Amino acid sequence: MSQPSPSPSSPAGPPSGSSADGTPAENAPAEKRSRRRREAPPSTGLDGIGGLGAAAPDTFLSVRDLRVHFPTDDGVVKSVDGISFDLARGKTLGIVGESGSGKSVTSMSIMGLHKPGTVTMTGSIRLGSEELIGAGSETVRELRGKRMAMIFQDPLSAMHPFYTVGHQIVEAYKMHNDVSTSVAKKHAVEMLDRVGIPQASSRVDDYPHQFSGGMRQRAMIAMALSCDPDLLIADEPTTALDVTVQAQILDLIRDLQSEFNSAVIIITHDLGVVAELSDDIMVMYAGRAVEYATAADVFERPEHPYTWGLLSSMPRLDRARTDRLRPIPGSPPSLINVPSGCPFHPRCAYADRTGGLSQSQRPPLDEKAPGHYAACHLTPEQRTEIWENDIRPTL
Amino acid sequence: MVVGQTWSHHHRVRPNPLLTYMIRRLISAVVLLFVVSAVTFAIFFLLPRVAGATADDLASRYVGKTAGQEQIHAAAVRLGFTDPIWVQYGRFAKGIVVGSEYNTGVSIEQCPAPCLGYSFITQNPVLPDLLDRLPVTLSLAAGAAVLWLFGGVATGVVSALKRGSPIDRTAMGIALAGVSLPIFFTGLLALSIFSYGLGWTAQGGSYTPFQENPLMWAYDLLLPWITLSFLYAAAYARLTRAGMLETMNEDYIRTARAKGLRERDVVVRHGLRAALTPILTIFGLDLGLLLGGAILTESTFSLNGVGKYAVDAVANNDLPKVLGVTLLGATFIVVANLVVDLLYAVVDPRVRVS
Repeated sequence: MSQPSPSPSSPAGPPSGSSADGTPAENAPAEKRSRRRREAPPSTGLDGIGGLGAAAPDTFLSVRDLRVHFPTDDGVVKSVDGISFDLARGKTLGIVGESGSGKSVTSMSIMGLHKPGTVTMTGSIRLGSEELIGAGSETVRELRGKRMAMIFQDPLSAMHPFYTVGHQIVEAYKMHNDVSTSVAKKHAVEMLDRVGIPQASSRVDDYPHQFSGGMRQRAMIAMALSCDPDLLIADEPTTALDVTVQAQILDLIRDLQSEFNSAVIIITHDLGVVAELSDDIMVMYAGRAVEYATAADVFERPEHPYTWGLLSSMPRLDRARTDRLRPIPGSPPSLINVPSGCPFHPRCAYADRTGGLSQSQRPPLDEKAPGHYAACHLTPEQRTEIWENDIRPTL
Repeated sequence: MVVGQTWSHHHRVRPNPLLTYMIRRLISAVVLLFVVSAVTFAIFFLLPRVAGATADDLASRYVGKTAGQEQIHAAAVRLGFTDPIWVQYGRFAKGIVVGSEYNTGVSIEQCPAPCLGYSFITQNPVLPDLLDRLPVTLSLAAGAAVLWLFGGVATGVVSALKRGSPIDRTAMGIALAGVSLPIFFTGLLALSIFSYGLGWTAQGGSYTPFQENPLMWAYDLLLPWITLSFLYAAAYARLTRAGMLETMNEDYIRTARAKGLRERDVVVRHGLRAALTPILTIFGLDLGLLLGGAILTESTFSLNGVGKYAVDAVANNDLPKVLGVTLLGATFIVVANLVVDLLYAVVDPRVRVS
């Protein structure tokens, strides 16, 4: 938070309310329920090198050139190094990547949850009409829970063991709504009921350890949605759950999204999860976006070798058992000494086909096909050839 | 619904587990006290015999220096040293349960239950003497406990939140000194500066009962409180700091922040609430231990408490007094343990169910 925020691109609106600031969705609640356009391309136009231009009109969350760096004794850890994306209400963005690719750091940056003084954040995060980077910590705190909420990977450790589930929802609700405890508790019961907790009126007084894993995640979702936030960030929401429960939780998130019309970011390493939920997908590697497109495009015609690798390492039922999964060789790079050129080149099977470009120059995030962005030096012909001959037949 | 099975059995009616638990703990507490009394008794009454001392040798300490063999033997018989050891212990145990009567050599004294016996030297019954001293120790321990609990925990929280800052380093440096320096050093230093040097506090040796004059009570005890609490506060500050550093990294703290709670609420209601639980345990035990006599503090400040009584008893080889003070201390510790365990069930809901 050390850099001053960039000035807003449009004149500041009147002090009160949600007007005239590039977010017509705010003013059009009637439109809210009807927007689920899976077929639409990513909701933005790119202006070429590594960044997006002005946000599309229905954008609610707009991130531009976000950089999140952690100074340490060993050097600066560039956890997020220039990512941009847009997200409209009612839409879901899936952020995919390995551990350490910067996806969780991105979400924590949006929520303003990094410890002050340990991090430098630059770029722009606009939530509705609010610029979050450079905003006072008190301003961001008041937005947390109210306009943006988050659910976490392990619902057991994410809930306080000493307070009842109801108390923890009441606490969130009362923080942002001037109501009595009994009203808040009624609301908590309603929320628990809404997320599918049976006998919510008695379960509200249970402690988290008395819930099963799936119920705990439902309760976390109830807590996150208790103040009807416009943005919900789900950080690996199903990773710690039984496989049988994962699909239920994903279904629940999807149902609630259409009911509350929130913008949703799903962070995961599991392409299956984003396939289930996302409108758009951003694939992250070493703190940058390497591919950004609609979910359909990413699965049908992925452009980046790293995405190919992710798809190839995904277990599939319809594949012959004798086929082996093809893991991506090597491990994610150090975020202190990111490899020169394309950060993926040491692990990329095709890096030697670019005539040394991959080793020396960082590839920009370019529009390879309409609405489909990727950061790769391979020519379109090379990519088509590799995809059609080497990758697609093995999936 | 997958969750259907788990909830029903939590709500079924069954015998109150807390009550069963309490009864079990009470029984084991009584057994423990019995064992403590037997072991203590054996140490003071059996070990000398095993080492070769005769009944007369034992009795010779409790008669005048000029006493002859006859008188010593009479004393041995009167004090019961000539009986087999289990008879002696049986008499002692019976005194605790139903009371007893003692031959002081001059008269027969009634000693109602629970009777901890008579001093061999002063001929006074042990328990009333102990109970006389208890308010002093109680006042000392309670006042110091309040100071060290608040002081130590507050210091620990601030240190943890400002980890690595000059405040943290200074506080932890002082805490290290606090746990390292013995009471008889810090106590005497405090006396020489604040009492003899500046004249701000009482000079030790005086105690005003609370019900007589609360202000004088506090004035007399202020320096002992500060000295004693300094030692404990130092330990508690370090414990709290370590606990807070751990809990503030927990996922539920991140959740609390993600809800938009104020940082103060995040720290106190979520972080400290969790970090305090283990501290509560230690606090209960420390308090129980202190009530059995703050030996060094009472000696340093010449306070006539249980600890001083214990020191005198040991110095004079007054076996019933030593036995009595040991049992009293053990009782406090056992009770403190019990209270802590029950409190734990209140404080940590996870304990309640399992």
